[in-house]
Amino acid sequence: MSKESHDPNQMTGAAMIVRALIDHGVQHLFGYPGGAVLPIYDEIFQQSEVEHILVRHEQGAGHAAEGYARSTGKPGVVLVTSGPGATNMVTPLTDALMDSIPLVCITGQVPTHLIGNDAFQECDTVGITRPCTKHNWLVRDVNDLAKVLHEAFYVATSGRPGPVVVDVPKDVQFATGTYHPPRKDDVHVSYTPRIKGDATQIRKAVALLAAAKRPVIYSGGGVINSGPEASKLLRELVNVTGFPITSTLMGLGAYPASGKNWLGMLGMHGTYEANMTMHDCDVMLCVGARFDDRITGRIDAFSPGSKKIHIDIDPSSINKNIRVDVPIIGDCANVLGDLLQVFRAEAKKPDIKAWWQQIAQWRARNSLSYRKSSDVILPQQAIQSLFELTRGKDTYITTEVGQHQMWAAQFFGFEEPHRWMTSGGLGTMGYGLPAALGVQVAHPDSLVIDIAGDASVQMTMQEMSTAVQYELPIKIFILNNQYMGMVRQWQQLLHGNRLSHSYSEALPDFVKLADAYGCVGLQAIKPGDLDGAIREMIKVKRPVLFDCRVAALENCFPMIPSGKAHNEMLLPEEATDEATARAFAGGKALV
Amino acid sequence: MNQPANQPASAYFLEDRHDPNETHTLSILVQNEPGVLARVIGLFSGRGYNIDSLTVSETESQKHVSRITIVTTGTPMVIEQIKHQLDRMIPVFRVVDMTLTGRSIERELAMVKVRGGGDHRVEALRLADAFRARVIDATTESFVFEITGASSKINQFIDLMRPLGLVEVSRTGVAAIGRGPEGM
Repeated sequence: MSKESHDPNQMTGAAMIVRALIDHGVQHLFGYPGGAVLPIYDEIFQQSEVEHILVRHEQGAGHAAEGYARSTGKPGVVLVTSGPGATNMVTPLTDALMDSIPLVCITGQVPTHLIGNDAFQECDTVGITRPCTKHNWLVRDVNDLAKVLHEAFYVATSGRPGPVVVDVPKDVQFATGTYHPPRKDDVHVSYTPRIKGDATQIRKAVALLAAAKRPVIYSGGGVINSGPEASKLLRELVNVTGFPITSTLMGLGAYPASGKNWLGMLGMHGTYEANMTMHDCDVMLCVGARFDDRITGRIDAFSPGSKKIHIDIDPSSINKNIRVDVPIIGDCANVLGDLLQVFRAEAKKPDIKAWWQQIAQWRARNSLSYRKSSDVILPQQAIQSLFELTRGKDTYITTEVGQHQMWAAQFFGFEEPHRWMTSGGLGTMGYGLPAALGVQVAHPDSLVIDIAGDASVQMTMQEMSTAVQYELPIKIFILNNQYMGMVRQWQQLLHGNRLSHSYSEALPDFVKLADAYGCVGLQAIKPGDLDGAIREMIKVKRPVLFDCRVAALENCFPMIPSGKAHNEMLLPEEATDEATARAFAGGKALV
Repeated sequence: MNQPANQPASAYFLEDRHDPNETHTLSILVQNEPGVLARVIGLFSGRGYNIDSLTVSETESQKHVSRITIVTTGTPMVIEQIKHQLDRMIPVFRVVDMTLTGRSIERELAMVKVRGGGDHRVEALRLADAFRARVIDATTESFVFEITGASSKINQFIDLMRPLGLVEVSRTGVAAIGRGPEGM
């Protein structure tokens, strides 16, 4: 083409997609090719700015992008084909929606003239993903593509972050049109997330905080999503007020676990002191959390005597489960900044010495205690060892879902945000391994460990092959108890110990499996083997499958039985067979 | 709710909530783009909200703005949720709870087909007149009436037509607008 006739913004839809990724600073893309995205793959082949990571299953791409996003604060980007490629993304999209993770997923679609014809590998992608995305688009005209892609990035990353899907038919990828770089008017005028909190509400909140006798701060994933500034401000607030702080599963790391005001995680498997503090407090400041049912326990007995302040960027989180007294809609960092300013100017640290004394008594119950054994590794001990031996290292932790996830949350102390990647809302078994891939791609020199269970890890095990291909030295630390531990625990506690299909009778030999994948297999069977094997795992600069054989029938405590309130926790030393039966008999209700 | 006789245990904390239900009329301005109605309806079905009535039409064609009117029933907390959930959808401009404003007019249009002869036919015409329903189609053995008004008035008219040979009814659902000079 001659120079004067060549407009650099004239290009094919496929080229626009790659160009838009570059314009949005995307360095890594997780995906899997197929018929309906071949033109895009052809463009990817001919450039070097965006690196594509080829997974083994589209679900792996989605979770890898989630891990990437959660550990960097940047959006995770996924490229998959039409039909099964898109449907395989439904789990990660839903997972990202529940946990507010920014994902941009580009799906191929059959050519526009075939849409609705039940064409090969056709599915109604926008229809299927409508309820599991923050927003989605089907682009029918190549000239709309640039605008939609830019809007997609904006929607995914602004306000309450979330996943978006852009469905691009193959003929649109081939067609030539005009591209434009990102600009302001790319976005729906109807979409205006509120960032700044209302000043009057913030004043009301400060007045409540300043007069509190028994306060608590309850923070969540929103603080992490808001960015490092929010965590910094949260820490400042804790210092300035001297208040105790607890966090949801998603919010771990926003306040350091070694901090003196830290109560540990709250909720169903939270610490006794965190839940009792929540129950008995007179003022609760909820920052970027959503009063999820794993957190509240019985709604009508949730923190009955407290005034509640709720900071959230999403108005629909306010008064959804729990009625609050002072809602503040806005971004956590922004609101915390304003709140601190007002607090410093108008209030002083309230005297809550008596409250701390009370909390010390609850702490003394030592709700995370467990009985060690010299014959068999206790799962809690395995995590404690892992924590001790990785202390001071540049470590990122992902998890699967189940008992091991709760133990990881209880026993691994997080000092910084963005270090803890777990599937909280959706509870997706199989999340951790591919998420670790994504984290390792973003942080190639860091130590990335997936704390896994033997059942969960098999759901996305195929991604070990990806780890080997891209030399991503992820460590898969499997707490192997041969059960779906959390299912077994519930069956024991609630279903007369009838262990229906929760035992894996034919587990693979994980060490041999590691060998088959071309990575490193390690095993620890006796408590004496544990530390040495963990040290070896940390030392190896290749992907590792670590088979940590743990006590098979260990239960995860403390625990709020179903239908119970925060102050009715079952503590480990009280969890005799009779006490457990009693606790759960009373809670036998409900769904 | 759904509690079997032997009350099996569960991983969920569920309790019955006994707040009384209220009926609210919501006006929603949306960007008229493909799938926008599916999004709104999907929200209601996906989250288990009720739709008693739904009307939708483009109202500003240059700006591609449509107005959706939904009549819904739920506890005050659920109604509040519905409004927030609608409001956070990307193509939604505004959500106004017409019931809360207390200053709205609601109208519905129905076409009512009645078949019969003799006294029934005369009586149907007489009642239609009283309700200010218009005859928009007539044969020697039938009428189609057009009636506009509040839903309750239409219900009343339909009930009266039933013994007089009611064949079928087509209703538009409720449309609502605020009183006074201001728009929503």
